[in-house]
This record gives sequence, C-alpha cells and structure tokens, in this order.
Amino acid sequence: MSVMQTPGADGRFGQFGGQFVPETLVPACQELERAFTEAWNDALFREELNHLLKTYAGRPSILTECHNLGRELGIRLFLKREDLNHTGSHKINNVLGQALLAKRMGKKRIVAETGAGQHGVASATAAALLGLECKVFMGAVDMERQELNVFRMRLLGAEVVPAQSGSRTLKDAVNEAMRDWVATVESTHYCLGSVMGPHPYPYMVRQFHRVIGDEAREQCREVLGGDDPDVVVACVGGGSNAIGIFSGFVDTQARLIGVEPAGGAAVGRGVPGVVHGMKSYLMQDEEGQVQEAHSISAGLDYPGVGPEHSYLSEIGRAEYPSVTDAEVIDGFTLLARSEGIIPALECAHALAWIKRAAPEMQGQVVLMNLSGRGDKDVAQMMDVLGKK
Amino acid sequence: MPMHLETHLRAQRSAGKKLLVPYVTGGLLNWKEAIRAAAACGADAIEVGIPFSDPVMDGPVIQEASLRALKDGATPFGIIQEISTLDIDIPIAVMLYYNTVFRAGHERFATSLVKNGVSAAIIPDLPLEEAGEWCRDADAAGVETIMLAAPTAPDSRLPLVVERARGFVYAVGLLGITGERDSLASTATVLAGRLKKITDKPVLIGVGVSNAEQAYEACKVADGVIQGASVVRRLMESGPDAVGEYIAEVRAAIDTH
Repeated sequence: MSVMQTPGADGRFGQFGGQFVPETLVPACQELERAFTEAWNDALFREELNHLLKTYAGRPSILTECHNLGRELGIRLFLKREDLNHTGSHKINNVLGQALLAKRMGKKRIVAETGAGQHGVASATAAALLGLECKVFMGAVDMERQELNVFRMRLLGAEVVPAQSGSRTLKDAVNEAMRDWVATVESTHYCLGSVMGPHPYPYMVRQFHRVIGDEAREQCREVLGGDDPDVVVACVGGGSNAIGIFSGFVDTQARLIGVEPAGGAAVGRGVPGVVHGMKSYLMQDEEGQVQEAHSISAGLDYPGVGPEHSYLSEIGRAEYPSVTDAEVIDGFTLLARSEGIIPALECAHALAWIKRAAPEMQGQVVLMNLSGRGDKDVAQMMDVLGKK
Repeated sequence: MPMHLETHLRAQRSAGKKLLVPYVTGGLLNWKEAIRAAAACGADAIEVGIPFSDPVMDGPVIQEASLRALKDGATPFGIIQEISTLDIDIPIAVMLYYNTVFRAGHERFATSLVKNGVSAAIIPDLPLEEAGEWCRDADAAGVETIMLAAPTAPDSRLPLVVERARGFVYAVGLLGITGERDSLASTATVLAGRLKKITDKPVLIGVGVSNAEQAYEACKVADGVIQGASVVRRLMESGPDAVGEYIAEVRAAIDTH
C-alpha cells in the first residue's frame, strides 16, 4: 500500500486500524463505510460539501507568514490559518462532511465526543444548520476548564452531557459516546471528531480534512516559487489536523512532524494496543489497562492516537516528538506577542517544538497548521499566568 | 483440561433444564464467595468479568464494579489464578475486553486460562471480522470462544456468528449496554428465535435480562439467560448471600418452564 491511500475492507494502515467494536455496531460501521464511499464518489455530494466549506465555513483558509517570529528563530515560518474557519478550528471540515452524510443516511440525530470543546461546538453548529438533533459528551474535568465552549454548544441547541467515569476527560467522553451509539444506532450517527475509532472513521475523517493539506500545498508553491516547505508541523492528540495537513505533503520531501504532549505521548511512549475500536499506539500498563493522559490542553489529553499516525511513525515517514506543558505556555505567549495571533493551546504544542528545534532548522521553510484559535483558552491561561 | 462448556450446557438442556449463567466481576470484594453461592444455588456455569479501564459495552453498575476491583489491585492474571482455587463443579468463562488478551499475547493468555480451569472466553469488542487469529489460537489451546449475536445483525450474518461460536451463542438482548431495565426488550426473544432456527448450539440471552420474571420470559424462546448487572449490584449492595438468594429465585422461575 502506498502511503495515505484508501485502506482495504479490513480498515488497516499496516498493522494498525481495524474495526474492534461490539457486534451491535458492526452493521452500522459497514453501512457507514458504504455510504461514505458512495458519497465521496458522488459529484453532487462533493459539490454540496464544497459549497458549505466555501460559503459557511469560510474556506479556503489563508496562509500567513510570521515575519517577526521567523526572524527571531532564523527560519521562514508559515501558518495555515484553520483558526479563521467558522467555529474557530479545523474541526468544522469534518463535521460538515459527516453531518451531510448523516442526513444522506436518513439519520435524525448525531452524538459526538469532545475534548477542548472545538469538535463539540462544530458538531452543534452543523446540527443547527442542517436540522439534526445533537448530543455531546464531554469529560467533567474538561467542562470546567472549557466552560465557554460548553455554553457555546448549549447556545447552539446541543445537549452537553458530562462524562463522569475514569479520568473524566476525552477518553471517557469517547466511551460514553460509544455507549450511547450502541443503544441508538438505528436513528443516530456517531460524529467522531478525530482520525481515530473503528474503520471507516480514521480514513473518512482524513478525507474530510485533506482539504487543509491540499490548499496549503498550492498556497506554499505560490509563495515559494513552486517549492514545498522543508518541514510541516502540527499538534497531535487523536491527530486530525495533523493528518489533514500531512496528506498534502506526504508525497513531497518535507519532514512531517506531529507534536504530542509529554503527558499524552501515545506514539512516543505507547505500545500497540486496542481501544475505542482501533489498534494503535496506546499509553497502557503491563496488564493492558489504559493509562490516563495529562496535558494542559484538553484537546490533546488522550492516551491513544489515530492509527494512521502509528503507521506513519512505524514506517518512518513522520516523527512524533513531545513537548512539556511549560514549553506550551511559552509557545502560547510567544505567538501572541510576536505575531498578534492567540493560538489554541493545542497548536501551542507545535509552536513549542518549532522554537526548540529552530537551531537545527536555520534558513528552512517551516509550515505549521494553526488548527484553532485561543479564545477558548484565555480563561484557563488567566489562571496559569496569574492574571497579569 | 477444564470442563467442556458446550458439552455441559447441552447435557443440562437435554435433561430438560433452562440454563442459568450468573456474571460476577472478578476482584470485587467477596467475588469468590458470590460465585460459590451462585454455584450452590443452581447456576449452570459462571461468567467472571475481568475488569478493564474502558469497558464500552458496560453500563454504570459493571463500570463501578470494574473500577472498584481495579482500585483494589485486581489484575487479569491474578483473577485467573484465583479462579483455579474456586473448587466448584460447573464450568467457568471469562468476559474481557480484547486489549487484555492482546497485551498479554494470545498464546500466553489462552494457555493461562486452560491451566487455571477456565473453559471459555467472551470478548465483546472482538467481532467476527477481527476474531480470526484469536479464535484459531484459542481453539488450539482448548479455550471455547463464545460469540455475541446482536439484534442489528442481518440474516446473512447470523449463520457466520453461530458457526464460529463455541460454548454457547450469546444473544445480546437489546440495543444497548449492560444494565437492568424495567422490562425485557422485545428484541431479546426475537433474536433468540432467529438464532434457534439456525443452530442447535445453546442460545443464551444476556444484556438487559434484569430479574426472575424477565428470565422466565426470555426462556420461553432461549435456552437460558446470563444475569449480569442484577447479580453484581446485589454483590456490591448486600454481599454474596444476596447473590445466592437471587440465583435461587431466578432458578425457581425458569424451572417452571
């Protein structure tokens, strides 16, 4: 299999991926795979989706060169501005696709999990637009640290339900969403928010996000006189924004860097395991119990990772370094002060790595996916930075 | 070698009995006492749950039980070793999530089950399409893999599930996760009926069979029932004697068939 193509019916990326779901959900996953394949090959569906992306989400997102920070670090730094999409992150690309698909399949209701709340807000938005009922599961801990997004979701008409089990973060929200789906599968589409879960989700969500990479590649060639960047960087929790931008550059010479939080480094510190319907790298103990991730960013607070990232790591096509919370806070303020852009804490991971690795990248062109804006993190950062 | 589960269940059925399989979360306070009480009060086999950090097929009661067991230091191999000390004369199956098996390695895990007297395994997140390798390794080691059949399965799928099932066929009673419900879902007997038409392997309904009355209803069509959340809740609330009393009550109800 060449890299980042269509996986076979077994939904594998090398040894990773698959469809490890309760028997009740197998027919639903198979139906979804058929429906997506059909829709993706249907010019009318693609036209409808592209129309929404253009006239509702605000695509194409722009490319911004960071002259100040680039000069400071000795690199040319470009940001793919997914933060400027409607709802404030890349998540809207996938959600509009899945919500249209849900309607096409005759589903009246979507359920979703959310970490930082960005996927939940995007899901609630698409549901409001397209007339679907929407229920979002969110870890109780995350509901506290992302209070603003909880309110946004409710304002948009979604029901937000706290996940009270386990670490009460993203992992547990996924468990609750899957439990809901097992009970409601006939009327409900599970609008999964990252390139994870059982096949076809990792593949389908990548296809909905590849618009990020496809646009960025063209935009880069335009400003770089036909060249590609030397390095492409994105943060990785489940890994959807990274897969989106990587898919535009996987067949170039560019280094692909997925930055994980030190407290949730599934690729960096995990071993292969099976949870949430997929085989992938997973932080777990000797007995196979899944470990709790710990990250300052709710969106990356996840002990697993999408299976295609595990594959890209295993074959050596992408690298997965990790950064600490302290470096992330530094990255957050750095972009705000040097460029006037407040990044989401998730994206601050990518900035933190760029800052650390800059001495080895002197003179190179670095493209970073700025996958979300930081407004949602401001209240939390007021506490972290002591309200100065 | 452990007792052969399917042979045992077929023999009980041939003797005119409906089959009763209680589920107990391994490592929960007094779990072994609860199993002995259930065995003494008429259980035909026991299902021991191996606690997992992320039990997506389980509702609040079994989630809570799993969490308590893990907090008390329960481990998969620890529980399996303790099963060998139970000293009961009915077969034992374990119910566990696939990562527990995958992390340990199929062969190592299956061998450990056999060595400690476990007859069978139920792995709810390992559907037919993903089960091939485990089933081969389990067959080779002498572990019977119980397959789940769900109400959502089309007619074309059920024969494949039944064909691959060892021990018995686990008919999932409703669309949903484990836990007690006010009434038996209509999907339970409909699915059991579809299965009975295509197999003579024992068909047991589990998930959402919540009391003696519902067990009786289920057994109008099925060969027997699994009693999960209703057993585990009693163990957590009242202790092993309450489990014995409850199993005796369900036994009496289904024996009137």
